[in-house]
Amino acid sequence: MSFLELKDLRIHFPTDDGLVKSVDGLSFTLERGKTLGIVGESGSGKSVTSLGILGLHKGGRARISGEIWLDGEELVGASQEHVRALRGKKMAMIFQDPLSAMHPFYTVGDQIIEAYRIHNDVSKKVARKHAIDMLGRVGIPQPERRVDSYPHEFSGGMRQRAMIAMALSCDPELLIADEPTTALDVTVQAQILDLMRDLQRDFNAALIIITHDLGVVAELSDDILVMYGGKCVEYGTSDDIFERPEHPYTWGLLGSMPRLDREPTERLMPIKGSPPSLINVPSGCAFHPRCVFEERTGGRAKAEVPELLETEGGHLVRCHLPRERRRAIWENEIKPNLEAS
Amino acid sequence: MVTYIIRRLIWAVVMLTIVSIITFAIFFLVPRLAGATSESLAARYVGRTASAEQVKIAADKLGFNDPLIVQYGRFAKGIVAGADYDYGPGVERCPAPCFGYSFLTRLPVWPDLLDRLPVTLSLAIGAAVIWVLAGVATGVLSALRRGSLFDRAAMGVALAGVSLPIFFTGIVSLVIFSYGHPFRITAPGGSFTPFEENPAMWAYNLILPWITLAFLYAAGYARLTRAGMLETMSEDYIRTARAKGLNERRVVVKHGLRGALTPILTIFGLDLGLLLGGAVLTESTYSLPGMGKYAIDAITNQDLPKVMGVTLVAAFFVVFANLIVDLLYAVVDPRVRLG
Repeated sequence: MSFLELKDLRIHFPTDDGLVKSVDGLSFTLERGKTLGIVGESGSGKSVTSLGILGLHKGGRARISGEIWLDGEELVGASQEHVRALRGKKMAMIFQDPLSAMHPFYTVGDQIIEAYRIHNDVSKKVARKHAIDMLGRVGIPQPERRVDSYPHEFSGGMRQRAMIAMALSCDPELLIADEPTTALDVTVQAQILDLMRDLQRDFNAALIIITHDLGVVAELSDDILVMYGGKCVEYGTSDDIFERPEHPYTWGLLGSMPRLDREPTERLMPIKGSPPSLINVPSGCAFHPRCVFEERTGGRAKAEVPELLETEGGHLVRCHLPRERRRAIWENEIKPNLEAS
Repeated sequence: MVTYIIRRLIWAVVMLTIVSIITFAIFFLVPRLAGATSESLAARYVGRTASAEQVKIAADKLGFNDPLIVQYGRFAKGIVAGADYDYGPGVERCPAPCFGYSFLTRLPVWPDLLDRLPVTLSLAIGAAVIWVLAGVATGVLSALRRGSLFDRAAMGVALAGVSLPIFFTGIVSLVIFSYGHPFRITAPGGSFTPFEENPAMWAYNLILPWITLAFLYAAGYARLTRAGMLETMSEDYIRTARAKGLNERRVVVKHGLRGALTPILTIFGLDLGLLLGGAVLTESTYSLPGMGKYAIDAITNQDLPKVMGVTLVAAFFVVFANLIVDLLYAVVDPRVRLG
C-alpha cells in the first residue's frame, strides 16, 4: 500500500441553496519522498481536499465519504482526537498567506515552540533551541535574534520561511502546501520553491503542492493532478501533463501560463468563461460549456459525465474525445501554438 | 516605550488640570449666578451666630472676593500642598489633598471621600470580576455554538441585561433574595463591612449589589465577546492552530479569545474607570455608603465642595483607567507601536 492513498473521496456541504460537491470522487496515491501537484482554478476543490486529509474541513457541516489511508491508517472513519494527534506531527500544512495564517499576537518563536511541544514532551528551553535550529534551516538569518520577532516584523518571504519551519518542526511525513507562493513577490517565489524542494529531500516527506499555477508545480512535481469542478480531469506524471496532455482543460491551463521563453508580442490564451458553480454543476462533462472542442464529441459532453480512464501507463484522462482525436488535436492544434514564435 | 509612558503621564496631568479648571469654574460660578454673594458663601463657614461684620472679614480672609483665577490657584494648591483656612476665630490647617470643607458638616471633604472609597472599590472591583468572567464565558460559548438554543437564550438574557435599569433589577433582586423574602440569601442593603474586618461579611453584604451591577455589564461583554469570537474564530490563524494539532480548548482560548481580547480590554478600562467614580444607581438602590451615594447626597444638599471632590476623584479614575488601557494595548497587541 502506498504511503498516502485517497479512494473515492467525497466532501459535500449541504447549504440552503443545495448540496455543494466540493470534492466529488477523488482518488490518488503518493509515496514518501515524492511530490504531487494538484492544479486547478479557485473552487475546483483542491483546498478542500487538503483540508479534508488533515480533518480540518468544517467538521459539523461537511459530509465526507470515501477513504483516506495514511501510512496504513484510515482517517475518514478515525476519531477526531486520533486525527488531531496526527496533525502537525505526521502531517503538516503550509498555508497561502503567512501574514494571516500566523497569530499576530505571538512571536514566531512561540508559535514554533507551541507546535513542537504539542507533540514532543520537552522543556521550553529545548523547544526554543529547536525553533532556532528550524529557523536557521529554512534560511532565516540570525535565527537566535529573529526567534523573538513577531510575524509583522518579517518580510513576506521570511514569514513564509517561518511558516515552513513551523510546519516542519515535528518532522512530518506528509507535507501539504496550499498555494505556498501565491501571496509572495515573484522574486521570492522561486526561493521558496527551491527551499521546499531542498527540505523535502532532507526530510524525505511526501509533499502535496496545491496551486492554480502550473509554473509552480512544473519543476517540483513528480505527479500532477488537474482538478475541475471537484473532480480529477487529468492525472499523470509531470512529463505526461507537460509533454502529452490530453484534456482540453489542461491545454487551457498550459496556454494561459506566461512563459519567459516566448516572444513578448505573443498573447496568452486564456480559458474562456469562469469556473462552474458547484451547486448547479453543468450537465455531462462539467467543463463542456467552456470547452473549445465540445462539438467534436457529438453531444456526449452535454449528456454524460465522462469516466476517468487510463490512456496509457498510469496517465488518466476524463474526456469524451477518443484518445486518437485528443492526441491529434494536441500535436496539430495546441502544441504548435504553444511552441510558436 | 519609556518616552511614551512619560508623554502619556504628562497628558494625564494636563487632562486632570483642565477637568479641575472646568469643574471649579462651574461650581464657583453657578452659586453666584443663583444670587449667592461672597458673604453668603462665607456665612456657611462661620456659622449663623456670627455678625455681619465677622462674616465680611471671613469672606475676605477666605478669599471669596478674589478674582476667579486666584481662587482657582488657591484651590489647586490646596489639592497639591494643602491649605490654611483662616475664617476669623482661628486658622485651620487642611492637609493635602485638600478639597475644602463641606458646607453642611464643616468637615474636610477628603477624609469623607477616603471613607467612601473602599465601598465603591469593593463594589466596582467585585462586580467587575463577576461580569468579566460571566460575560466573556457566555460570549465565547455563544460564539462557538452560534444559533444554538444556548446562544439564543444567552443573547436574549443579554438584551434584557443591557436594557433593564439597575433600580429595576436591583429592587426585584432585593425582593426575591433579601431577608424576609422567599429565596433569602443575603441581608438587605445599607450595611458595609470592610474587607480587612471580616471578609466573609464583606462578601455577604455585597453579593447582591455585585450581581445586580455585574448583570448589567456582563450582558454587554457577552455580546462584545461573541462578536469578537465569531470574527477571530474564522481567521486563518485559527486554522493554522488546528493544523498544528492543538486541542480545541487551546485553539479557542489561546488563539481565538486572545485575538478577540483587545476591544474587550478597552471597554473594560473605561467601564471600570467610570464605576470607580461611584456606581450611583447601585449604591442608591442598596443604600451603600459609597462615592455615588455620597455624590447624590451632596447634590441634594447643594454641598458644592463635596460635589467637586467627588467629580475630581471620578475624573481621576477615568483618566487613570484610560492611561492603563493605552499602556496595556502595547502588551496585548504587539503590532501597536509606542513611541
